[in-house]
Amino acid sequence: MSRVKSFIKQYFVLVILLFLIILFGILSPDSFLTMSNMFTIVRQSSIMGIATIGLLFVMVAGGIDLSLSSVISLQSVLVAVLLTSFGWGLFQAYVFGLCVTTLIGTLTGAVIVKTGIFPMIGTLAMQIILQGVAYLICGGMPVSNLPSEAKIIGQGYVGPVPWPVIVFVIVIIIAAVTLNRTYIGRHFYAIGSNEEAARLSGINTAKLKITTYAIGGFLSGLAGIIMLARISSGQPTAGKNYEMDCLTAAVIGGVSLTGGEGKISTAVCGVLIIGVLTNGMTILNVSEYYQLIIRGCIFLGAVCLDGIQKSLTGRKKAA
Amino acid sequence: MGNILEIKNVTKRYPGVVALDKVSFSVKEGEVHALVGENGAGKSTLIKAITGAITPDEGEIIYLGKKYTELNPILSSEIGIEAIYQEFNLAPELTVEENIYMGTKVNKGIFIDKKKLTDSTLEILKSLNTDIRPGTRIKDLTVAYMQLVEISKALAKNVKLLIMDEPTAPLTENEVDVLFKLVRKLKEKGVSIIYISHRMDEIFELSDTITVMRDGEVIKTVPAKDITKNQLIYDMVGRELTETYPVREVECGEKILEIKDLCGPSNQKTSFCVHKGEIVGLAGLVGAGRTEIARLIIGADKKFSGEIFIKGKKVEIHSPKDAIEQGIAYVSEDRKNQGVLLKMSIRWNITLPILKRLSHFLFIDRKKENACVEKYKDALHIKTPSINQLVGNLSGGNQQKVAVAKWLASESKVLILDEPTRGIDVGAKQEIYELINQLTKEGLGILMISSEMEEIMGMSDRMLVMAEGKVVGELSKEEFSQDKIMRYASNITA
Repeated sequence: MSRVKSFIKQYFVLVILLFLIILFGILSPDSFLTMSNMFTIVRQSSIMGIATIGLLFVMVAGGIDLSLSSVISLQSVLVAVLLTSFGWGLFQAYVFGLCVTTLIGTLTGAVIVKTGIFPMIGTLAMQIILQGVAYLICGGMPVSNLPSEAKIIGQGYVGPVPWPVIVFVIVIIIAAVTLNRTYIGRHFYAIGSNEEAARLSGINTAKLKITTYAIGGFLSGLAGIIMLARISSGQPTAGKNYEMDCLTAAVIGGVSLTGGEGKISTAVCGVLIIGVLTNGMTILNVSEYYQLIIRGCIFLGAVCLDGIQKSLTGRKKAA
Repeated sequence: MGNILEIKNVTKRYPGVVALDKVSFSVKEGEVHALVGENGAGKSTLIKAITGAITPDEGEIIYLGKKYTELNPILSSEIGIEAIYQEFNLAPELTVEENIYMGTKVNKGIFIDKKKLTDSTLEILKSLNTDIRPGTRIKDLTVAYMQLVEISKALAKNVKLLIMDEPTAPLTENEVDVLFKLVRKLKEKGVSIIYISHRMDEIFELSDTITVMRDGEVIKTVPAKDITKNQLIYDMVGRELTETYPVREVECGEKILEIKDLCGPSNQKTSFCVHKGEIVGLAGLVGAGRTEIARLIIGADKKFSGEIFIKGKKVEIHSPKDAIEQGIAYVSEDRKNQGVLLKMSIRWNITLPILKRLSHFLFIDRKKENACVEKYKDALHIKTPSINQLVGNLSGGNQQKVAVAKWLASESKVLILDEPTRGIDVGAKQEIYELINQLTKEGLGILMISSEMEEIMGMSDRMLVMAEGKVVGELSKEEFSQDKIMRYASNITA
């Protein structure tokens, strides 16, 4: 019985993913189930996927980050302005941008950890502040006329594989190794699982929690750079609604809202589920309004499932 | 005078323990009835049965002539039973009058009848001879006044039986006098009072009748004038040591841990030391500041002042991380919340403090890790099919072994054990005792906090007794007696 349960739990996300692919395949066999569309889905999912992995680090250590959407937007306009108005080289602009978003993440983390406010509220405030900063950087207008090499990371290919996918895969590998093989990754899980016990075991919980937010900031910044390259212009609202999509993907992918649990593999499945859903609904011409309702319902459903699972295991322990 | 409350053969079992064993107990109308006993004697459980916080497995409660097989908190409040605990149940942002009438309706339509609220509050406060203004916010009051508000709250609900659990614990001496006057006043009004306290002086000053509990049973109920302090203490603890403690050769070495004038939020300046190979027992009542001093030593809480020495060398400890680096480990009394990670495997738990040492650069050496975990799993006889088993799935005893194992793996020099056998069965206890002795042989110094009298007497080589945040007495092995410990712990020096 428990083996069946653990099997379902382990492959639950994969089953849903396959189910959705089959569903959309039946509903729209000509346009959905093509090789090029599959690549499109993966490419589209990559940006969100990179940000989701950043979010996963934060959530594993017991936090949450709603500011990632604004970090993506900010990065998009910041790098665009550096490349156009300031005439910076690609490399300098990317490195500078990533440093800025990593610092922003560190700052967010420090505020949350040092003041002890709810991460949800703290990062929501940061989301609003950073959105304002993003508007300020570009004066509220999209930044276009990017040099053509700036589009490579978003639109280019290496052989048949799009660049964003390559970046996504590299991020997946590094993240998985960090979480599974290093002591720092183990410490993240311990903090999310029971912060006080972790602290009493000699872990510098404050420092590591801030680190997760810094990682989140770095990866959101990376997502922002690819986003900029893909749409060829810096948009102050480039990352809009990404925090919700990423959170949904993470929770569907088994990342616990209360910390201590979350695997890269299933989280990536969660990302692909959202990617397939978005792509499929667009192909089927589902109206934007209905899409919003459906996304909301899916998020609610995923969160409920997480909650139900928690209360079930909780009750089992109490008995 | 008739009985306001009569309890007949009430039994309450928890897994592995009988918290109340056929307890019969009665309170007369208008008397102050003291309830005394050691930690874990069953006083709290009995109170919970009376207030309806728990349901007894057997027995009946007769209150004002009416039989109840079970009560619940709402019902007990309706029939005039109220309890005041050490932790106050007040809303700090609300005013005195709002707190007193919280849950009682003083309405005019859907609006609060402000005038009636103030008037009736004043009436109650006046009857208690106090000068609190009804409009004061709770957070602006001192602890003593907060307690007064709690009592007023009970009066507003027409209390007939008031239960006071260690009411003087948070009070200063002057405030205690005020409280005593109040208790007598309540008694005049015909309120019956069950008074729980560890302090002998108070009990003899206030109570008419005393009931002694021990191990979930009522030992005796006597009029206060018919018993002496010494007899009372004997009744509370009086039993022969029934468990056997493994005998060992004591070879005390150098001073391994020494603290000087350590002082913190709940501790006054305290100094003591632990030698190599020695087990020092830290005895005292709940709230004496034992866990608090342990947390100060390991840097889990901030100390105000004081110094810590390891092997004679002064060390700076500002966080548990520093303490671990200096070789001081702390096994928490709160195993489930602070000791182990229930959702994580045995392997993860044991290696948590030493993961860095088991890693090359950033990467964990799995082979080394597994070898380390297997070693301690075998050494401590942790019963599990696999080291990847979640700790939450283990029995209490095995969880405790995991909590200890991680500190052995980290090669600590000093081990602070806080209630090391709490909530684990007899067999596992024996194993933990043997383990502790084994550790002293290996040269560790052990500071053991325990509220179980037999355990602490059986295990310790030397005992420190704490009361009110500081060490008040030190006993060598030859001087150990339950009597002496209780005297120190309840701060009777006579």
